[in-house]
Amino acid sequence: MHTCLPRTALLAIALLFTQGAIAQDAASMSPESAAMAASAPRDPALKPVFDQFGGKPGLVALMNDFMANLMADARTRPYFAAADREHIKAELVDQFCVILDGPCTYTGKDMEKVHRNLGINRAAFNALVEDLQTAMDKNKVPFRAQNKLLAKLAPMHPAVITR
Amino acid sequence: MQNNRRNRIAWLTGCVLGVCLVSSAAMAADDTSAPAFSNKLLLTGGVSQVEGSAGGGLTPWAVIGGYGTGDEIGANAFVTHINLPDYHVNEVGAMVGLYNRVEVSFAQQRFDTEQVGAALGLGRGFTFRQNIIGVKVRLFGDVVLDQDSWMPQVSIGAQHKKNNQAAVLAFVGAKSDEGTDYYVNATKLFLGQSLLVNATLRMTKANQIGILGFGGDRNNAYKPEFEGSVAYLLSRNWAVGAEYRQKPNNLGIAKEDDWYDAFVAWAPTKHVSLTLAYADLGNIVIKDKQRGLYASVQVGF
Repeated sequence: MHTCLPRTALLAIALLFTQGAIAQDAASMSPESAAMAASAPRDPALKPVFDQFGGKPGLVALMNDFMANLMADARTRPYFAAADREHIKAELVDQFCVILDGPCTYTGKDMEKVHRNLGINRAAFNALVEDLQTAMDKNKVPFRAQNKLLAKLAPMHPAVITR
Repeated sequence: MQNNRRNRIAWLTGCVLGVCLVSSAAMAADDTSAPAFSNKLLLTGGVSQVEGSAGGGLTPWAVIGGYGTGDEIGANAFVTHINLPDYHVNEVGAMVGLYNRVEVSFAQQRFDTEQVGAALGLGRGFTFRQNIIGVKVRLFGDVVLDQDSWMPQVSIGAQHKKNNQAAVLAFVGAKSDEGTDYYVNATKLFLGQSLLVNATLRMTKANQIGILGFGGDRNNAYKPEFEGSVAYLLSRNWAVGAEYRQKPNNLGIAKEDDWYDAFVAWAPTKHVSLTLAYADLGNIVIKDKQRGLYASVQVGF
């Protein structure tokens, strides 16, 4: 009993290592995966979460607060100050709406192309996530619903974080 | 005597380092225009575990301590108190996380035997002191961002421990007053479920994590031990969870039990966290059922 458990653990960890290696191989074919990340995948399982966000009107209100936070945050303002913020808000509403299986279509540009020359690092990316979390808190989106959306957004990071 | 002085210096160094960290953390908190620190997401750096590495309370996690991202440096200092029926532990420590890749930590544990010391003829309040230097390296994976694969964040680490009571340790049957643990761990955040899971495999000879020395009359070889943590995120600031830590049984004089705890962690900001746990440390030398409160405060950036 005493030695049995570690052996299982060792096996599990060995398995994790191989998985890691496979995943890294996959990451090296990144143009395709980035393009896939560009078209935010619709997930029917998230329809209840769409309602928890208050539907499309909820997303519109959320994006107003989100953009206000981004502009008030010294870490993120430089990326949005010169941009067409109304356009970005509209695209984000559509994108989040599609991910949460709402009645929308995302017609925006490829995420990888949009972010290619912005030089966004992990610190700025995390700052943006914090600003989104603050906006979701303000709009009374339940924490678990917030995490369900963030879990779908996180895989797009290779398209956004370029340095 | 010499040993005692060295320990005191180590203790002081820990305290001074801690105070430095607190003040620089306070400065970092005031300076919102400095983007060089504190950009990891809240609670994703874990807290300080019992040997000073970033993790849960009992087990290290694959995360790199502090809130620094890939281009940043983060640091933490902590104070921990464990109150058991027949013993208590006071601990201080500090860690630095470099570029979300390498973590270096220092901790000093003071294990006070209270009345048990008197019963064993060592004197009431006889105290074992142990200094621990830890190093951890992240190999691959990202605990937060890798949400579309099963890949966890994986790290390897070592904790070198030196106990100050060589004579007593030899008397109880320990083979050495110092030793090094080596571990590999995998940590995965299932964000959609708000659940963090960690598994650690540790190669160790330590008796009661080194408080009773290393190796013994029953066994003096490295043994693999499993450690696990599960944490559920209640909000950005609150997490609850449970941990398990398997331990070897090297000494003939006293049975050693595996450790368990259930914890709640609160991080009102990135600069401070408070962890409270109910820990079951089982039998320690002549006293069984050592269950009590584990409290830890961490400050940093």
